[in-house]
Amino acid sequence: MTLNTLRAVLFLVFSVAITNFGFASQEDEDQDEGFNATEMIMHHVKDAHEFHIVDWNNEPISIALPIILYTDNGLVTFMSSEFHHDDSGSVIVEKNGERFVKYHEKIYQLDAGVDALAFDEEEEPTNASKPLNFSITKNVFMMWVSVLVLFLIFISAARKYKKANNYVPRGIASFVEPLVIFIRDEVAIPMIGEKKYRRFMPFLLSVFFFIWLNNIFGLIPILNGANVSGNIAFTLTLALFTFFITMFSGNKNYWKHIFWMPGVPVPMKIFLAPIEIIGMFVKPFSLTIRLFANITAGHIIILSLMSLIFTFQSIAIAPVSVGFSLFILIIEIVVVAIQAYIFTVLSALYIGMATAEEDNH
Amino acid sequence: MDLITPGLGLVFWSIITFFILLVILRKFAWKPILGAVDERENGIKNALEAADKARMEMENLKADNERILNEARAEREGMLKEAREIKTKMVSDAKEEAQEQATKMITQAQEAIENEKRSAMAELKNHVASLSIDIAEKVVREELSNKDKQLELVESMLGDAKLN
Repeated sequence: MTLNTLRAVLFLVFSVAITNFGFASQEDEDQDEGFNATEMIMHHVKDAHEFHIVDWNNEPISIALPIILYTDNGLVTFMSSEFHHDDSGSVIVEKNGERFVKYHEKIYQLDAGVDALAFDEEEEPTNASKPLNFSITKNVFMMWVSVLVLFLIFISAARKYKKANNYVPRGIASFVEPLVIFIRDEVAIPMIGEKKYRRFMPFLLSVFFFIWLNNIFGLIPILNGANVSGNIAFTLTLALFTFFITMFSGNKNYWKHIFWMPGVPVPMKIFLAPIEIIGMFVKPFSLTIRLFANITAGHIIILSLMSLIFTFQSIAIAPVSVGFSLFILIIEIVVVAIQAYIFTVLSALYIGMATAEEDNH
Repeated sequence: MDLITPGLGLVFWSIITFFILLVILRKFAWKPILGAVDERENGIKNALEAADKARMEMENLKADNERILNEARAEREGMLKEAREIKTKMVSDAKEEAQEQATKMITQAQEAIENEKRSAMAELKNHVASLSIDIAEKVVREELSNKDKQLELVESMLGDAKLN
């Protein structure tokens, strides 16, 4: 166990070093205009249409990902490599008579006869439209990788149980089982209750491991900070799942507490109803923001520390930067687990509130 | 700002991905794992309960054995006592009976002896009577063999009769 931990830490250290070089070479070309830390950080935190791994001799090495657009004329698909790593809107890709440009990781469909994007003061394009974008972006790609890893881990763990007729966990199962039992005994049963927790176990387990694994992937710098769980769309989706599960499993008691709070005078009931209704929507909103903000903040801190090297343009600052970001990274290892846990606990709590049987006042 | 605006594409793919993840893991991972864990926990619980029960039964059995042993011991005591009593009673009964028998025999013997004695006495009396009659006859015959003597006797007898 300790050996494995040590190995993981070493791996992270080297990864940090490698990414460090990655930044260095990548930002070389911008050196003349000065280093823009904000732009670099935002670029790393946000989603992208290609999986950029590293720059080598000023040539970006990246995995091209499919771009799927839904325009007025239907679906348009092509590979992101057709933009030739351009992100400034200068390379025009023409498909079925429609022309597309990529600008700041957004795909625009140029109006007829226009060769360059033009923006108004609100940074909205004046001569192009935004088609619905269902591209397999970096985050979608990483999400699928994480799903594959989850399948690999948990389905093979489940197989171990089928083989062993005495149900003794072996191999991967002995790693998985304590976590599963932890979610069951420390999250599901206390929050939802002994009687009803079974129905929600698959959701809670899936959410917990999905978030955790994506958080961990976000920490591995060689994956270039695929920031899946730090993307608000992702956290929003999971929060919506919790929200709808809560809505559909809510019993009479729950709805009564929202619309007509028992045990308080009538004026108070009328006063409380809107608050409770707002609370219903605040819960998933808080779930969304909490996970998104925590994970993104971690990324931003690490990247900011790294940016110090380029801001000061001195290699002398590198040990400090690497040291601090390593420190933050180790904290982040804890934070990612805690955030996955918090999301799961709160989801379980909301479900538990919706399914609570009698009045506990 | 871009960062806090959820992108439609990612929301779309997240929903689909998470839904598939949920369905597949639920069927192929969570159910078997939770089922196995549950089954094992139940197995352990049952085994512990069974062990407890066995221990209780063992104790009961032990208590039973003790009780049976005690009962047997008491029964043996009782039987011995009874046997002793019976023996005593038998001995005393036999003694009594023997006594009785002896008494009875003695009484019978005494009676027989008495009867014998009585019959002997009667016989003796008869014998003595006939003997005395014989003797008297002989004496009388001797006495009255001459006339003088017969007269004398008559005289004396008459003399006695006169007095009356």
